[in-house]
Amino acid sequence: MEILNALIQGVLLGGLYALFAAGLSLIFGVMRLVNIAHGDLIVLSAYLALVVVQATGLHPFVAALAVVPLMALTGYVLQRVLLNPTLGRDLLSPLLVTFGLSIIIQNALLTHFTADSRRLAAGPIETASLGIGGGLSIGLLPLAMFLAAVAVIVALEFVFSRTSLGRAFRATSDDAEIAQLMGLDRRHVYAMAMALSAAIIAIAGVFLAVRTNFDPSTGPLRLIFGFEAVIIGGLGSLWGTLAGGVVLGVAQALGAQIDPGYQVLAGHIVFFLILVVRPRGLFPRMD
Amino acid sequence: MTDIKKATISGHGSRRTFLKTTALAAIAAPAVLRSGRAHAAKSTIKVGHVSPRTGALAGFAEADDYVLGGIRKMFDGGVDNNGRKVRIEIVSKDSQSNPNRAAEVAAELILKDEVDIIVAASTPDTVNPVADQAEVNGTPCITTDCPWQPYFFGRNGDPAKGFQSTYHFFWGLEDVIGAFLSLWDVPGVGKSVGGLFPNDADGNAWGDRERGFAKPLAAAGFKLTDPGRYQPLSDDFSAQINAFKQAGVEIVTGNMIPPDFATFWSQSGQQGFRPRIVTIGKALLFPSVIASLGERGVGLSSEIWWSPNHPFSSSLTGDSARKLAEGYVAAAKRPWTQPIGFKHALFEVVADVVKRTKDLERPESIVEAIRTTKLDTIVGPVDWSRGPVKNVTKTPLVAGQWQKRGGGLELVITTNKTAPSIPVGGELVLL
Repeated sequence: MEILNALIQGVLLGGLYALFAAGLSLIFGVMRLVNIAHGDLIVLSAYLALVVVQATGLHPFVAALAVVPLMALTGYVLQRVLLNPTLGRDLLSPLLVTFGLSIIIQNALLTHFTADSRRLAAGPIETASLGIGGGLSIGLLPLAMFLAAVAVIVALEFVFSRTSLGRAFRATSDDAEIAQLMGLDRRHVYAMAMALSAAIIAIAGVFLAVRTNFDPSTGPLRLIFGFEAVIIGGLGSLWGTLAGGVVLGVAQALGAQIDPGYQVLAGHIVFFLILVVRPRGLFPRMD
Repeated sequence: MTDIKKATISGHGSRRTFLKTTALAAIAAPAVLRSGRAHAAKSTIKVGHVSPRTGALAGFAEADDYVLGGIRKMFDGGVDNNGRKVRIEIVSKDSQSNPNRAAEVAAELILKDEVDIIVAASTPDTVNPVADQAEVNGTPCITTDCPWQPYFFGRNGDPAKGFQSTYHFFWGLEDVIGAFLSLWDVPGVGKSVGGLFPNDADGNAWGDRERGFAKPLAAAGFKLTDPGRYQPLSDDFSAQINAFKQAGVEIVTGNMIPPDFATFWSQSGQQGFRPRIVTIGKALLFPSVIASLGERGVGLSSEIWWSPNHPFSSSLTGDSARKLAEGYVAAAKRPWTQPIGFKHALFEVVADVVKRTKDLERPESIVEAIRTTKLDTIVGPVDWSRGPVKNVTKTPLVAGQWQKRGGGLELVITTNKTAPSIPVGGELVLL
C-alpha cells in the first residue's frame, strides 16, 4: 500500500516537473536556447498573479486568464528585444544573457516585493482530496496540476503538428537559414516560440503559487528538475518531457520511501542511468 | 619578496615554491599595512557589518535600515573612551545569503576598509564565514542570530580552547528542545512526535542522534519518528506524512524553510494527516509566512527569541523592547520580527566594548573588552564569562503560538519554564 501511494504521489509530482519543463523543452527544441531564467520567470509570473489577485480579488485560477496573455506578451518582447540579437553560432552568449536576466529578475522582485514568503490562497481546494479506497487519497490540487501538464502537452503537440505556426517552428528548428530563405521571419518565429513558452510558464507560476510559498530567490532551484525531465524525455519531444517528469517524480517518491535523504538522490541516479543507457533520452526527436 | 624574484628570474624555483611564497606574502601583507598606520589616539572606530540583505535570507535583514539608522544617530554623537569622545562608523555589506560571498565581503572589510571590529548576524551561512575570516586575521568579531552549536562546532571549535578573537551570543539547541518540551506539556496530546529535519546545517544539528532532539525527547517520555534528512526545497513530503500516520504522530516538529513547510502542510491536509500541535523552528518565525498560510496558519507554534513583551530595554537608548518594535512598525509599516532585537543588541555590545577598551589601537585590547562584557541588552544579559563553552554566551528562549488577537495574528508566548522572567501571554490551543 505504501508503495502504491508512493507511485501515485510520484506520478502526480511528475506532472509538476513536466509543467515546469514544458516551456524549457519547447524553446530548446525550436532555437537551441537554454533559458537559465526559466525558474525566475515562473516566480515572476507567480508575483504577477499575486498582483492581479490583490488588485481584483479574483480566484487565482481566474487570475491566470490575465496572467497567461501578459506573460506571453512579455515573452515575445523579451525575445525580440533582448535574446534575438544574441542568437547565432555562439551558444554561450544567449546563455549568459539569460543568466544575467535571472539575476536581474530576482533582485527586481526583491526590491519591489521584499523577501517575504508569499502564497496565493485558493480556498478549500488547497487541502481537498479524493478518497480512492484503502486509505489512499489523491489531492485535488496535485491532480489538477497533472491534468494541466497533460493538457499543455496535448495543446503543444497540436500546435506543432497541425498549425502553420507549428510548421514554422519545425522548419526553423530543422534549418533556420533555409527557413529564412523560404520567407519565414526567423525573429518572429523565435519570438512566438518564446511567447508560447512564457504562457506555459505563467500556468506553472500560478500553480506554484497555490501549491507552496515562494519568494524572489526560489526560482533557480526549481530549474534543475525541469532540465532533468527534458533530458530524460529526450530533446525536442514534448510527450518525452511529460514521461521524463513522471520517471523523475516516481523515482523520487520511491527513494523517499526508503529514506527521505534518498529522495533527490534517487531522481539523480535514474537521470544518470538513463544518460548511460540512452544518452539521447527516452524519445529523442533531434540530435 | 626577494625569494619570489629569485624564483621567477632564475627559473630554478618550482611553481610550488612560487605559490607558497606569494601566498605567504599575501597573508603577511595585512600585518605590514597595519604596522604602517599612525599611532595617534584614534578618534574614529570603524565597525564592519555583514548581513544578508538580498537572497533567501533577506527576511532576517529586513529591519537593517531601521536599526542601523537609529544606531548611527547614537554613534555620530560619539562614545566615551578613556575620557575622550570616539566616533563609531558602520560599514555595512551584503552577503547575498551566500556563505562564499559572506567570506569575501568580510575579507574586504578587514583588509581593505581596515575595520577595527567586525559584526555579523543571521544563520550559520552568514555568521560562520565572517567569524572564520576574523579569526584568521585576528580581528575582533561579535556575532548573533544563529544557534551556538552550528556556530561553534560548525567551525570546528574545541570547547577546551575556544577561539582567539571571535565571540557569539544567542541560544542553543538545548534551549530550543527545553522550550518545545515545555510547550508540549499540555493535557490531551499523545506523546508521539514526528520530526522533519532537512539536510542543512540547522537540520543536521537538530536531527543529530547524539546531540539533537532524539535523546532529550526520549528522556522526557516522547517517542520520536524521524524518517531521515530531506533535501531543502523538496516538492513531496508523502513519505514523511505516511510514516507519521503509521506511527500515530500527534505533534510535529522540525526546522524548515517556509516553502518546505507550506508544501508539507498542504500535503498533510490533502492526505488526511491532522496533528494536534505543530511546532517548527525557522519557518514559522515571520508574520508574513503565517499570513501567507491563511486559516491554516492559525495555531502553529514556534520558538520565540525576542518579542515586544520581553522585559528588557536597550543599554544605548533606554527604550523598551516594545518601543523598539513599535518604532519599526511605524517606520516600515510592517509587522515586527524577532531579529530586530538581536540586531540592535549587536550594536549595544559594540558601543559597550568601545567604551571599555583600554587601547583602541590594539585588537587584543578590544578582544579583552569583549571577553569581559557584562551588559544587560534589549535581548537579555550578554556575559561571556557564563557561556556553555568559551566564546559563547546564551540569551533566554521561550516558545509560543500564533493566535488570533484583535484583527490579526499575534505570536503569543504560551510557556516560560525555560526563562521565567519573560511573561506568558496566553495558553496553548490545540489544532
